[in-house]
Amino acid sequence: MLAQQIVNAISLGGVYALFALGFTLIFGVLNVVNLAHGAVFMIGAYASLKAVVVLQLPLPAAILVAMLATGALGWLLDKFIFAPLRARHAPHLAPMIATIGVAITLTSLIEGTFGSENLRFPSEVLPAEALSMGGVQITWLELEIICLAFALMAILLWGLRKTGAGRALRGLAESPKAVALMGVNVESVFRVTSILAALLGGAAGMLIALYANAVFPRMGQPMLHKGIAVVILGGMGDIRGALLGGFFLGFAEVLSVAYVGSNMRDAIAFGLLFIVLLIRPQGLFGHVVQRRA
Amino acid sequence: MLTLSSLSLRFGGLQVLQGVNLTVPEHGIFGLIGPNGAGKTTVFNLITGLLRPGAGTIEFLGQRIDRMLPYRITRLGVARTFQSIRLFKDMTLIENVLVALGGRPSYGVTSVLLSWGSYRAAESRDSEVARGLLSKVGLAGKAEQRAGALSYGEQRRLEIARALATKPKLLLLDEPAAGMNAVEKRQLIDEIVKLNAGGLGIFIIEHDMSMIMGLCHEIAVLNFGGVIARGTPAQIRANPQVIEAYLGQDEQSPSQTASVSP
Amino acid sequence: MEWLESFWATYSTLVLSIGTNVLLALSIYLTLATGLLTVANAAFMGIGAYTAGLLTTQLGLPFFIALVLGSLLPALVALAIGRPTLRLSGVYLAMATLAFGEVVRIFILNAEGLTGGALGLNGIPQLTQWFDVALAVALTLFVLLRLARSRIGRTMEAICQDETATELMGLNVGAYKLLVFVLGAMLAGLAGGLNAHFTFFISPDEYGFDRAVEILAMGVLGGTGSPWGAVIGGLLITLLPELLRGLGHYRPLINGVILILIILYSPRGIWDLFRPDRESRRLPAAH
Repeated sequence: MLAQQIVNAISLGGVYALFALGFTLIFGVLNVVNLAHGAVFMIGAYASLKAVVVLQLPLPAAILVAMLATGALGWLLDKFIFAPLRARHAPHLAPMIATIGVAITLTSLIEGTFGSENLRFPSEVLPAEALSMGGVQITWLELEIICLAFALMAILLWGLRKTGAGRALRGLAESPKAVALMGVNVESVFRVTSILAALLGGAAGMLIALYANAVFPRMGQPMLHKGIAVVILGGMGDIRGALLGGFFLGFAEVLSVAYVGSNMRDAIAFGLLFIVLLIRPQGLFGHVVQRRA
Repeated sequence: MLTLSSLSLRFGGLQVLQGVNLTVPEHGIFGLIGPNGAGKTTVFNLITGLLRPGAGTIEFLGQRIDRMLPYRITRLGVARTFQSIRLFKDMTLIENVLVALGGRPSYGVTSVLLSWGSYRAAESRDSEVARGLLSKVGLAGKAEQRAGALSYGEQRRLEIARALATKPKLLLLDEPAAGMNAVEKRQLIDEIVKLNAGGLGIFIIEHDMSMIMGLCHEIAVLNFGGVIARGTPAQIRANPQVIEAYLGQDEQSPSQTASVSP
Repeated sequence: MEWLESFWATYSTLVLSIGTNVLLALSIYLTLATGLLTVANAAFMGIGAYTAGLLTTQLGLPFFIALVLGSLLPALVALAIGRPTLRLSGVYLAMATLAFGEVVRIFILNAEGLTGGALGLNGIPQLTQWFDVALAVALTLFVLLRLARSRIGRTMEAICQDETATELMGLNVGAYKLLVFVLGAMLAGLAGGLNAHFTFFISPDEYGFDRAVEILAMGVLGGTGSPWGAVIGGLLITLLPELLRGLGHYRPLINGVILILIILYSPRGIWDLFRPDRESRRLPAAH
């Protein structure tokens, strides 16, 4: 049913957008391609799962735990990796390579600690009932996912527009020197951005874990690839691009699974990525990235 | 030798160049001046193929070069130095020049792999040529030093040596005197005149008015992306539009400077 | 001699792995030294491994032929995707090659009829002898050492430092980039073919992210100063998990930590540790 697929697409797309937002924030403000974002996402999923299973917390609290864990990770990332590299004016590729190291270190640690099998949320925790709205079945779970994703995005967007910190962030994305001259503590804005991005990634991790009811150490990787595809599609560093791209991918995937078959689902993102990189690497909203020669 | 016809370029909503017509003659020194932001470096970028024009053509020695890849344009005989120095700072002077000589390779890959002897001979020949170029700009004594360790003026001279290694017929100099003191400028002027006398066409962008007025045989003035005047230094100096373009600028206007002859 | 035989019985895989890893390290050295950050070599290794493995198991082709074809196919693929991909700069190139690696893995996974899918390819004849690997490494080193000291090596370094200036000196930068990319793919494919024929069994997961990171770690550890760096990088990355007893399973973890540490404290790889005074080459700067 088309309407059903649309609901699926919205929830999936919402989570993709959330993830992509975090990724694009770090690129836009810190100028870093954070390839550890997928691992952060994965940690969010594990943190929420363990919060439910081990600490016996209800779902809403589990989300907070996930965000706390990943927020801390974001802080650590900036303090021990991004900031030192900024201080010594390292070439652009340096932090990216470091995040590759972080990603695989985290994945390896989790794999060693919790094993590589698929873990699930206990079924009692997941609301099973469905709502019937206009002939479409939405489970409470899906509804919560959609609401949460949208709520977080709305808060972020509001924050970016209306608060001083948000403006500083946006300013930094445009012109670091100008912002520094205005007396803003640029380092703390960078720190906050890293934390914020990690928060979004962690929340996305938990939401996907609920959506698919699967938590495993490698889950960050396909997500990272999709996040990259989304962000490149929408234009690196551009928030509208991340949002639109996320929903676009969500729709593309859901519709392709419904009408073409689920084998190629992950390939969709890559197909898109390749096409975009070859035809218009700056995406919908970005700046030119190709050299002429 | 070099003809720009109706050259136009738009960049992100801004009309950077509009209908530029210029002809650089085969011999002599041609100057391009204009207030900051007039589009002078853009002209160089278009000529050397780093940018593609939105409209118009560029011809060099009868061939259209506006859609060519940069390396081909250089091989045809157009060499260039940059406003901000773009040397390979971690390499030695002689290595810098040797890279440029690689554009017209004197040995192929197979000889590198198979025949140590002939490759070595070719390399030492190249080294000789490189040293020759370095001594032409007075840097032969520092051949083995790291390029980053040179003084500013010396770095500029190395840039010229590197450009000369590509055997150019036309040399584009983008503000070569920037940041130089009077002595260095003097040496630079002498060098440019010598190169020109040896048959190398020179196309120079400069802000130092006395230098340009004294050096160039012909000058074009760019303002807001268009050519507003063209002629000999004397004509330019007397041109009212040029004077107006420079009014209110922090730079000297051409009419206010006495020329310093080479 | 008995000592040698028992040594070989225990450590043959390790020694052969050192050899193939050195080849892989050299394959990424080529691109890193030219200023290109590509993480596609794991995928090229996989293409080479599967090609060579299938040729010996399905078609019974002689080992040498299988190796040659196993190196050629990745080179051809690199040639095909090289032109458009290499136009991308810095981070975009890295991401595109990352995505490419995933695409290859997904392809291998899904082409079950051909590759055995997730179950992998079994029963590959153990044809790799130590002298095959030694010969491959020696030959490659010879070629790369010579190239590095010639004008080609100089041009690679020049491109790494400033692509535009290099192009404006009349050098066809696009062609050089394609050359090192294709050569690197060929070397990675060769390493894959050799590796497949002493590990008996290969699967798509062997050539995914973990492997790409390992190759990157070898390249970053070795630095871009000279092909010898790659040799040392390959050696260390292979041996380190074995030396730290019982941590063989945590290979990816070690590689990750090495990457982080090198980037933070010794960006030119080992050269920073041994020759900190000499200005050797830096990591490519993204423009």
